[in-house]
Amino acid sequence: MTDRSTEPSPEPLIVLKNVSRIYGTGDAAVAALDTIDLTIDKGDFVAVMGPSGSGKSTTMNIIGCLDKPTHGHYSLNGIDIGTLNNDERALLRRYAIGFIFQGFNLLARTSALENVELPLVYRRVSTEDRHARARAALAEVGLAKRERHTPAELSGGEQQRVAIARAIVTDPMLLVADEPTGNLDTKRSEEIMNFLVRLNTEKGLTIVMVTHEPDMAAFAKRIISFRDGHIESDVRQREVQAC
Amino acid sequence: MLGSAFVIALRQLRRNVLRSILTVLGIVIGVAAVIAMVTLGSGATLKVTSDISSLGRNMLIIQRGTEPSGGGISITAPAFTDADIRALQTEIATISAVAPTSNQRSLAVNGNINWATSVIGTTNDYFVVRDWVVSEGRAFTSAEDKSGRMLCVLGATTRKELFGNQSPIGNSIRLGRQSCEVIGVLSSKGQSTFGSDQDDLVIVPLKAFHRRIAGKPDIDTIYLSATSAAVTTEAKSAIISLLRERRRLPRAAEDDFFVRDLKEITEVVERTTGIMTAFLSAVAAVSLLVGGIGIMNIMLVSVTERTREIGIRLAIGAQGSDILRQFLIEAVVVSSIGGVIGMALGLLGAVGAAKALNVPFVFEPGVVVLAFVFSSLVGICFGYFPARRAAKMDPIQALRYE
Repeated sequence: MTDRSTEPSPEPLIVLKNVSRIYGTGDAAVAALDTIDLTIDKGDFVAVMGPSGSGKSTTMNIIGCLDKPTHGHYSLNGIDIGTLNNDERALLRRYAIGFIFQGFNLLARTSALENVELPLVYRRVSTEDRHARARAALAEVGLAKRERHTPAELSGGEQQRVAIARAIVTDPMLLVADEPTGNLDTKRSEEIMNFLVRLNTEKGLTIVMVTHEPDMAAFAKRIISFRDGHIESDVRQREVQAC
Repeated sequence: MLGSAFVIALRQLRRNVLRSILTVLGIVIGVAAVIAMVTLGSGATLKVTSDISSLGRNMLIIQRGTEPSGGGISITAPAFTDADIRALQTEIATISAVAPTSNQRSLAVNGNINWATSVIGTTNDYFVVRDWVVSEGRAFTSAEDKSGRMLCVLGATTRKELFGNQSPIGNSIRLGRQSCEVIGVLSSKGQSTFGSDQDDLVIVPLKAFHRRIAGKPDIDTIYLSATSAAVTTEAKSAIISLLRERRRLPRAAEDDFFVRDLKEITEVVERTTGIMTAFLSAVAAVSLLVGGIGIMNIMLVSVTERTREIGIRLAIGAQGSDILRQFLIEAVVVSSIGGVIGMALGLLGAVGAAKALNVPFVFEPGVVVLAFVFSSLVGICFGYFPARRAAKMDPIQALRYE
């Protein structure tokens, strides 16, 4: 099913080997992920699908360095995540990963500009630099005129665009998106997806996106389906490009 | 980073104004109470010390009888004599002035005005020893000390009661059945530390007092000045051995008189007010502690409320220490704002209370700084637990929190 022979030999960014994630202990132990192997190359755009409880969110948490595998190895760009403590993984998130969430997860009562600046604050970027880069990122998502607005004053689509600006303002090597269109109507969803595709094709940003909507998954280059903690299918789509 | 944490903290405070005010209030009350107590305490100590030193410079007091102890029993003993006074004047080098006194309650009468007061017979040295200035008229001459003529110097209260606004100098008053010419008025000393009016008296020459008022030559109390504050203790022991010898007390017998040293009294009173101040300040400090617990309580609520925010911050790369710092700074900002307001209120309150209680206002910069530093420390201590709780959150759980 995997069609890799036609691809140029790409560099792997994400390598999961024999990864299990087990919650609870003893009799109550539940394996959310059961010994999976997965490799994602640099510049790829992967949609992760599956019903709830299939392990797709767990996979995303591990890939996003929010969680660690119970067993097995995960290496991101050659770094073995299993050996890192919480603070070291926080540093990796700070410098290498951008996040987009279903619920947008912007700071309430905080302007769009300040929300976008937040990751730069933790990178100890100077105030002027921060303003400049955040404005540029907001301009990129088409919200240059709304930088003073708080999330409550923005529509859902606009909020998600602010969240995207926040994720890309640091120029991460990996973008992790958790149901980015889950709270949006079809039109807004397609807007967001087109934007992600552009980031992937123009900037070569590697994107891992969890979704349960096949329409949205169709925008990705590769679709991985999970069921009961295993990878059920892994399909590379050809010539699917932004409309 | 620190600056933006400070901005975030202030914004967080503004977001929930009523809650912030209530949180800050605990610290405000604590700091204000500590500062007011310490300031008033120092004022009271200063007042008491200056009151006591107003009794006279380097003063020693000899009284007959045993020293009143806890039960208040004092045994009467023979009065002092003129010969004792002469011996004290000539034989002890560390004494510069000796004022023998005798006193009796008596009615002072001017025309149809009666005033019950204390009549003291003494010599001119009394004014020296007690550091008391004759503000109108004059004191006795040494000839008048010895002549037995009925002259008197009035205390400020007695003068006011008997003469109102009129000048009493040259007028005569009656003391008991004796007529007596007023030659002077004393300056006012006000209330003593123990609450009695020091100006309610009439002073007459000792000789006249013995002959015309008491009818016997007894001396009850002797006021003395030591040559300097440094020798009061030495003078005291010299007086004791001299008087024991003169009163022929056997070696084993207790003294039938006692000598009080003003320096001792000052020290005791200073220590007492010091203990009171410390005690009150400790009670005030407890309220500061309670304020700190208030901060901890609100910070815990705030951490729970902002779980999602913490999750977002962790996800985009904040480390535990970043979160810890953010919440600690918030706690310190709250407590420091409380500290500054409390400082202002405490000083204002102390000024008002000092006026009401008639004690001087003593500004103690050390205490103000200490109270402010302490309030910030309260913020750090009580903010630490909630902040650590925030810092230890799991980003996945925190992001899921509704």
